[in-house]
Amino acid sequence: MFRNNYDNDSVTFSPQGRIFQVEYAAEAVKQGSVVVGIASNTHAVLVAIKRNAEELSSYQKKLFPIDEHVGIAIAGLTSDARVLSNFMKQQCLGHRLTYGRSMPVRTLVEMIGSKAQINTQHYGKRPYGVGLLVAGVDDQGPHLFEFQPSGMTEEMVAFAIGARSQMARTYLEKNLDKFADCGREELIRHGLRALKESLVQDRELTVDNTSVGVAGLVASDQDGTTKVEPFTVYDQQEVSAWIDSVADDKEGGASAAEGEGGTMEVDS
Amino acid sequence: MDHRPQAWGRPRDDVYGAYDASYLQTSGPKTATQSPVVTGTSVIAIKFRDGVVMAADNLASYGSLARFTDVKRLRPFLSTSVVGFGGDVSDMQFLDRHLTELAIDESYEHEHSENPAKSQLNAANLHKYLSKLMYRRRNDFDPLWNQILVAGFDSSSKPFLASVDLRGTTFTSPSLASGFGAMLAQPIMRRYAATEEDAARLSREEAVNVVKECMKVLFYRDARSLDRYSIAVVTKDGVELSEDEQLEKQSWAFAERIRGYGTQTV
Repeated sequence: MFRNNYDNDSVTFSPQGRIFQVEYAAEAVKQGSVVVGIASNTHAVLVAIKRNAEELSSYQKKLFPIDEHVGIAIAGLTSDARVLSNFMKQQCLGHRLTYGRSMPVRTLVEMIGSKAQINTQHYGKRPYGVGLLVAGVDDQGPHLFEFQPSGMTEEMVAFAIGARSQMARTYLEKNLDKFADCGREELIRHGLRALKESLVQDRELTVDNTSVGVAGLVASDQDGTTKVEPFTVYDQQEVSAWIDSVADDKEGGASAAEGEGGTMEVDS
Repeated sequence: MDHRPQAWGRPRDDVYGAYDASYLQTSGPKTATQSPVVTGTSVIAIKFRDGVVMAADNLASYGSLARFTDVKRLRPFLSTSVVGFGGDVSDMQFLDRHLTELAIDESYEHEHSENPAKSQLNAANLHKYLSKLMYRRRNDFDPLWNQILVAGFDSSSKPFLASVDLRGTTFTSPSLASGFGAMLAQPIMRRYAATEEDAARLSREEAVNVVKECMKVLFYRDARSLDRYSIAVVTKDGVELSEDEQLEKQSWAFAERIRGYGTQTV
């Protein structure tokens, strides 16, 4: 009856000027559980909610170290994320080998941006069904980047992608001015509070479903130079203190559903 | 006259006799460069307190013939590093074009960053890259016939000086010299900067004077050298490159005492 004739491949425009396959890929990102990223002047933090397929199964990982100085958070198809993650790891390693330095985060993100964009312009290919938050430190300091299946990449101060992420973004927008001067611990707490905003009623952060990843620059004691704190993922008992510290504070929390958050698909 | 294209640029058979075309090699395996053709001689460099000084003369020799006397063998890279080339000049020109391309790519890469100089390739990164390039070409049995010195700063903003040769071998030292300079200039430079600590005490003026003195010794004793040379000083403020220096205060008095060459009878 009303079949969409313009969504069979990613190279055909609809008469309205849309490419449906790319939009569907963006939908796949919204199916994934929420991930939040924030960058301050000294640290870049990723926090994520992990999901388990059923009560008896383990939780699917959401945060992945790429190189000493970079890590990613994924929302969407994990298998597509695996391809991108392997590619990023190889590029970082290759850069380290040929130039003897860590790859600038922007360079890395632009590489996967170009790689993903190609998939939206070749017949027989499909876009990646995954969105990424890329956090890392380089010579220019800490960075946070957003990556979308369309190939779009953007540097962010703070961002959230995945199911019900609008709620987290609202929290981040409210507290935007505080992030730049935040310390490491406070930045992680902001991330966890943003994460809590996106949770469905009756669900809460636990040591099982919460992941935290941090990369940073630490001032060394002598001569005021900075040292890189490598990207590290914290799980299980390592995150319990942080979860407890945001257990029942209401700071900056959005009280009611705002924006499109109310109409979005609900996390299982 | 023989107007066939095959005969273009060849000595005329009727004047010079039959042309020996055997070296033109129409069959057999592909052979890459097996020896350099037009060559540059030594490159020398020494670290000092706030940077590095490098020098090389402006001569390109064709065997023992002083063929080109205005060849620039030092080039800045991203105005933060200097690269000096000895050895085959055509390979130097290839590397020069390659580095220009690399520098343009690198500039575009960091177009939007607040402080491009901080994230762009420094001398240590560049030297690492060149060493990989040279070693790869050696493994292809098609080496770039050069000895290269790279000067600038490393990631912790300390003066950096290192060399790489046609085999991909790398060295680093407070002072470095390639070719004849390794025999003639290096001992002189070591008198002033034997260790990193010595180099850190040298002033810019002292370092420049040592290098100029070495260039003079090289001109006296290296038969493939020239009295016109280029000198570059790399500091945190950038690269100062002068490409038309003239050796000053030469004294050839010592030449009178040399015996055993030329036409003297005693």
